[in-house]
Amino acid sequence: MCSLGVFPAPVTAAQTLFERNNELLSALHPGEHSQACDLPSPQFTRDTLKGHSRPESSSRSVFLDQRDTLWMRSAGAWRDAGLYGLLDEITNSAEEVPRFLAVGSACVLALLRWASSFHGSLFPHLTLSSDEMVAEFSQMLDWSDSALRSFAWHPHTDKFAVALLDDSIKIYKSNSSPTPTLKHRCQRSVCALQWKPLCGSALAVACQSCLLIWHVDPASLSTRPSSGCAQVLSHPGHSPITSIAWSPTGSLLVSASPVDTSMMVWDVAAESAVPLQRVGGGGVTYLSWSPDGSRLLAATPSALFRVWETRMWTCERWPCLKGSCQSACWSPDGGCLLLSMQGERVIYALTFSDLTGINNTYSSPVTACQLLLILKGFSSLSALLNISVGGEVCSLSWDPRGERLAVLLKGRADNHPSVIAVFKTRSSPVFELLPCGFVMGEAGAEPRFMQFHPHFQHGALLTVCWSDGRISHVPFYFSSAGLLGGDSPQQALASNTTNPSSNKLYTEQIS
Amino acid sequence: IRRTRSARTHPRLVYFQVVIWRSVASIAWSVLLLPVTSAVFVLLSRFSLFHPIQWISECTSLLTASSTIFSLVVLCGVVLITGLFNLEFYTLVPSIPCSRMALLGTVLHPRQCVHSLVYCTMGMLVMWCASVTIGGRYSTLGIPCRQSESGEVVTCLNEYHLFLLLAGAFMGYSHSFLGVVQNMYYVSFQPIQQYKYPRFKGCLPMVVKCSVIQSLYSARNFAALYFFFGYVPKTWISSTLHLQIDSSLQPLDSLTGLLDFSLLYHLSISGTFLYFTWYLTVLLFRIYVTEAYSFPVQSTFTEDAEQCLPKVLAETNTLVMKFLALQDLALLSQHSLSRRLEVFSLSQPGGHPHNWNAISRECMSLLSELTQRLLAHQDAVASNGRVKSQSASIDTRSASSRTEDVSETPRLSVPLRTPGSVFTSSVGGMHSALTAPFTPDVDSPFSSPAIRRLVGQQEPRSPWFGTVQSPHIMRRGPKLWSASTGETARLKLSYLHKIFSSNVQLPEASSQALFADSQAHIWALQGLSHLVAASFSEDQFGVVQTTLPSILSCLVVLLEAVDRHFKLPHASSKPVRTVCSMGDSTYKTLRFALRAALKTAIYKITTTFGEHLNAVNISTEHRKRLQQFLEFKE
Repeated sequence: MCSLGVFPAPVTAAQTLFERNNELLSALHPGEHSQACDLPSPQFTRDTLKGHSRPESSSRSVFLDQRDTLWMRSAGAWRDAGLYGLLDEITNSAEEVPRFLAVGSACVLALLRWASSFHGSLFPHLTLSSDEMVAEFSQMLDWSDSALRSFAWHPHTDKFAVALLDDSIKIYKSNSSPTPTLKHRCQRSVCALQWKPLCGSALAVACQSCLLIWHVDPASLSTRPSSGCAQVLSHPGHSPITSIAWSPTGSLLVSASPVDTSMMVWDVAAESAVPLQRVGGGGVTYLSWSPDGSRLLAATPSALFRVWETRMWTCERWPCLKGSCQSACWSPDGGCLLLSMQGERVIYALTFSDLTGINNTYSSPVTACQLLLILKGFSSLSALLNISVGGEVCSLSWDPRGERLAVLLKGRADNHPSVIAVFKTRSSPVFELLPCGFVMGEAGAEPRFMQFHPHFQHGALLTVCWSDGRISHVPFYFSSAGLLGGDSPQQALASNTTNPSSNKLYTEQIS
Repeated sequence: IRRTRSARTHPRLVYFQVVIWRSVASIAWSVLLLPVTSAVFVLLSRFSLFHPIQWISECTSLLTASSTIFSLVVLCGVVLITGLFNLEFYTLVPSIPCSRMALLGTVLHPRQCVHSLVYCTMGMLVMWCASVTIGGRYSTLGIPCRQSESGEVVTCLNEYHLFLLLAGAFMGYSHSFLGVVQNMYYVSFQPIQQYKYPRFKGCLPMVVKCSVIQSLYSARNFAALYFFFGYVPKTWISSTLHLQIDSSLQPLDSLTGLLDFSLLYHLSISGTFLYFTWYLTVLLFRIYVTEAYSFPVQSTFTEDAEQCLPKVLAETNTLVMKFLALQDLALLSQHSLSRRLEVFSLSQPGGHPHNWNAISRECMSLLSELTQRLLAHQDAVASNGRVKSQSASIDTRSASSRTEDVSETPRLSVPLRTPGSVFTSSVGGMHSALTAPFTPDVDSPFSSPAIRRLVGQQEPRSPWFGTVQSPHIMRRGPKLWSASTGETARLKLSYLHKIFSSNVQLPEASSQALFADSQAHIWALQGLSHLVAASFSEDQFGVVQTTLPSILSCLVVLLEAVDRHFKLPHASSKPVRTVCSMGDSTYKTLRFALRAALKTAIYKITTTFGEHLNAVNISTEHRKRLQQFLEFKE
């Protein structure tokens, strides 16, 4: 249990610049002016971005009503709105069709509506419209209102992609090279972005109706790659897509939709998908692949989440206590999973202790879900401004070295903004969480989304998307105390070879 | 000595243990599932909305009747034969006809004719069982009827029964035909591993959907066919069996006779049952055959050495074992630490890395063989690609010389190649791989050249070579008709050739044919790259490092060849996706999958080794290319 009161409160409510010497320094701090790192931090305002104003179906009211034949109207209704539209059209034009047909279609329509309302009462999220659903399950807080729709760092280079309100995607690189803008006819209501690991160019985009894979040539100077560079992957009944996850080896892509009970495992190059269906939960909202690739978390809209084991693709059910799983992050070695539940100020930890690979055991993870942390109470940030923070945990992010954990706490009303609380974490000898501080934005800006840079040299780098459309980077400078697990020899070797001209393979050094 | 020799596990025995046993298990499961599907069929065929109680009781009494039991026995026989055909005809490398003529030749091949005949018979058998089960007016071929003028009772032809039987034959033929067109017997491996039962459960809705759709299509086509030509079998049957035709009943080859809802319902239900039985057998066979098999990496006993992974990888006789071994290699390289350590281990007396050497050699020879194939194809397209497409003009000399190349250039048995030798050796073996994609077959329509390429079999010299004039007959002749067919067949062939001469070359088919067996290469790439990446921290003796330069060069050379291939016309166009069919079309996109797997493999190695790659001894151009990967600019 941890009270937010023990967090070191910033002296002023100014923008946090970076962490140094275990201290979060803000812009107004004496002697600190410059932006600490050389990364682009663009700002987008709602006014400059023109979103698509209304869906196509509502543009009908603009045009004059013209009487078509019944056949034409029926065909149009079938094309626009499927079976529902067809039945609706037949019922509405009762004077033109035989009576039995009108009555029959009215009955079928009523039956369908009743059935879907029953289905909707089991799974309330199914009654939402497509856009509402994306807004509900997006990792971006306040998705429908935000100028930024999604954000993703490239796993290997200093490059990130931002999805904007006007359904375009911009790609920024660290140097001042041109920023390509990606636009595609199918690219609507972007909910998630992810770069393909072990690849320089492929970016997966979760859209309202389909999945787009952009191949943006890193060497190209073009600012508007053609839509021929994008691969469209779609599967009937699998939309809107709210979450995607590449396997760490880059060979598979998993996509999830809250409407579809099966998640799709795509072999992207071959454009083939294997559906993995589990009916319970009524859909899949959030996916997260463990960094070692052995497990995949799949959250559902109900109080249930699953952890898939990716060797034989079997899953474990985890019925939550209350609320659905909102966000999650894996420890760098894949042995620990932190989860936050909707409506709770609690972080749960799931530890996996299995020996995959050593004894060829398929899946015997003795796992335990334990209450890791209760973020209780409120912290008064500044007595002068009369602001207090604290609330439901809605997003979690763990840096790749496993030393900083950022927690996005949702705000409520005025004087109670959303805030990012950062913890220092350590996994050995015992798991430890120590409060580090709050990351603040400029005055009036609330954090919407955050992600750690996947390979920052000097510690950790948190990138935050703010409500005023700004993207800022907050570096945390620290020297690694000890790596959280896994490939320590590799890292040690990498640090050995400081001089690239005298690089040798390690056996040469040993012998 | 003799005893140890007899105790040694023969590779054939491993094949028997794995593949035969698996197909037997799949057939057994299809037989076991047969009563369930039959029960569902009975329920659906007797369905009546307004008398539910009568319906249920009728069905339960029917299910225990002796006629149903007999039908079940007949159906079991059908399933057994289907299973045997699956085992006989299945292929891991699809045969891709490069032209319409080749497709026609495949359909008319004697082996395929036997196949169609057997499926027609089986279709009729199943439909006979179905009509007996449905009962009522469908049950027998002859029914008593009263002649109109004399009033005496004679046996008349029951056209409903005949209709269903003929529908069975038609569906059997269309199944056999579509099997060729859609590559029904092509068995593809899934990108993910699943246990058999979840996979079966996941695929079952697709199979039901496919069989319903296929049955509806077939019912429509058959009804149309019967409408026009139905009188032919009807009069023939009635004259040979001395059955009268009841003139008081409405004949079925008329519009009013066919627009009978109950008849069409029963036709489509029985058709669905028929297709479902066959598709289920195919599905179970696919699931069983593609299940991952874990080979031991090394064995302490020399008797078992034949079933170890390095030996099976080098297997040349049974393709399926090679595929399973490569799949196992890809899996162990990603998931199993202990087996990776075995791969990196040294032999106990002597201290040689035999396991790693054998595995890496086999993978690299596969990859460099693909490189050569691609280079040869590019040269062929660059030099005379246009000649090939203008095939209507007969060019005797070039065609005959080309075929001589095919027959005379010996197939390369590819040893381990250093990157330098790839270029030189590719020059020698160019022409063999050159025409190979355009001559998908020599002796069998169901084995594509890739099979033989992979297996390294010698191409039999056909007696047709050198005697024929047309390059198309030349290329496809041996596959179309066996040598015994004489002058008439050849005349017919050239006539047909004229028909099909417009748009002879199917687009992108040659590209598909080149990569038809690329699943093997993808696994080899995955296995190699993951093993090399794992060796960074797991290889205690540095066995991988000695081969690292050649692996890197091999990958880069292949990448260059693949890049060049995708610049050819049609190579990068995506195929149209089929909506719903049992035929697997994954082979159409294998080239894209191979390119992605290749890049991922190189990235896997470069990200793991990072700057250490500067210490690896490779040529400057290759290092330049790898530098692109290190900077993530590919």
